Amino acid sequence: MEPVVHFRAAVSLLGRFPALAGVDLDVQRGSIALVHGPNGAGKTTLLRTCAGLVPVVDGEAVVLGHDLRQAADRRAVRRRVGLLSHATCLYDDLTVADNVRFWARACGATIAEADAAMSALGVDGRLADVSVAKLSAGQRRRTSIAAMIARRPELWLLDEPHAGLDAAARDVVDGLVRAAAAAGATVVIASHELDRATALATDVVRLAGGTVMPAPREEVTAGVS
Amino acid sequence: MFHDTVLHDAGVIAGKDLRLEWRSRVTTNQIAPFALLVLILFAFALDPDRGILTRATAGLFWVAVLFSGLLALQRTFAIEAADGNRDGLRLSGLDPAGIFLGKAGAVALELLVLEIVLGAGVALMYGTIFRSWLLLVVTCLVATTGVAAAGSLYGVLAAGLRVRETLLPLLLLPILAPVLLGATRSFEAALAGVPSDGWPWVELLAAFAVIYVAFGVLAFGSLLEEA
Repeated sequence: MEPVVHFRAAVSLLGRFPALAGVDLDVQRGSIALVHGPNGAGKTTLLRTCAGLVPVVDGEAVVLGHDLRQAADRRAVRRRVGLLSHATCLYDDLTVADNVRFWARACGATIAEADAAMSALGVDGRLADVSVAKLSAGQRRRTSIAAMIARRPELWLLDEPHAGLDAAARDVVDGLVRAAAAAGATVVIASHELDRATALATDVVRLAGGTVMPAPREEVTAGVS
Repeated sequence: MFHDTVLHDAGVIAGKDLRLEWRSRVTTNQIAPFALLVLILFAFALDPDRGILTRATAGLFWVAVLFSGLLALQRTFAIEAADGNRDGLRLSGLDPAGIFLGKAGAVALELLVLEIVLGAGVALMYGTIFRSWLLLVVTCLVATTGVAAAGSLYGVLAAGLRVRETLLPLLLLPILAPVLLGATRSFEAALAGVPSDGWPWVELLAAFAVIYVAFGVLAFGSLLEEA
């Protein structure tokens, strides 16, 4: 079976500097891959590259069958992925419901799917009519996740998905990730919270200096403990 | 099919931008009062008793429109530059031509509302009497389309830069000089009750609008990627 993410010696630049310096990575459909590594290792760039936002200048990079070296393919893959980044991608002056429904409509999803996503993240009801500017950091993060899952992406790209969330919300996110993978979606997580993320992941890789290194689960878990 | 997609995407973006304005009230509470303030300052600077104000009404009206339009354009692209929203738009799969038309359309609608407010302002403060209504309305529609289209193009160009607030007026105001000239001359003809003198200027405004709308539809995607 073709992997959903297939990188061979892939190189991406940030400005003139290689943020990914020859990455080899395969992620199979339905799996949950954890990418960990120190700050500046290239985790965020890896996710943005998978999302088609950063061009691949050398090597091989295929995501969901799209060759990321081609501009047209990068545009095409964007419709099929969901990227949860450090930025929330929310408009402060709009309400929670306005935001989630806008991003859902923009991505071809229905209002019902947007409302279901809000309900799943607990930002429905009275909270749905609150302006995003008045939300706490955790509520903003949950709204952002709701906007991402409303579009029903085939590939979930989650950059620090547990950041800013309380324990209950983290459990909700983990449940959604497991359910999505069970339904056939593929998930790539970049995280520093190795205890929780390792428990969630089916595959673990370590990124350092822009390249992927082997990371046996036992070593990662031992590092945490 | 292509056109349906573009129009649908333009509707999604325009709906979001207008909803944002409705919720934030920036246009009604800040930009419209600023536009009226410009008219009042002109009235202080040019003594109404000497008749200069009456002769300069058309030009002052359009200068106030351009200044207010700059504020509206800066805001519409500042909200996309904040908190990763531009990446969100790139990931959405919305047609870039639709994004351009939606943003330009929302700005144009805001500007038309401002022009109504400013029209009432010059009538009350400067004692202006509007004569050729058809020419006035067509001039406003065509000139506003040109301002919104050119502004949206340069707005997205400047949006990715740290100096966007100061750069946009520098980029845009020289480009809008033909609009200021054509709209002012056309308004002067309308105020004087000689519409035949104004229609050639409307043709110039229409050419400007068509060029920038076409250029925006074709180039906005590349500018959104590069900004």
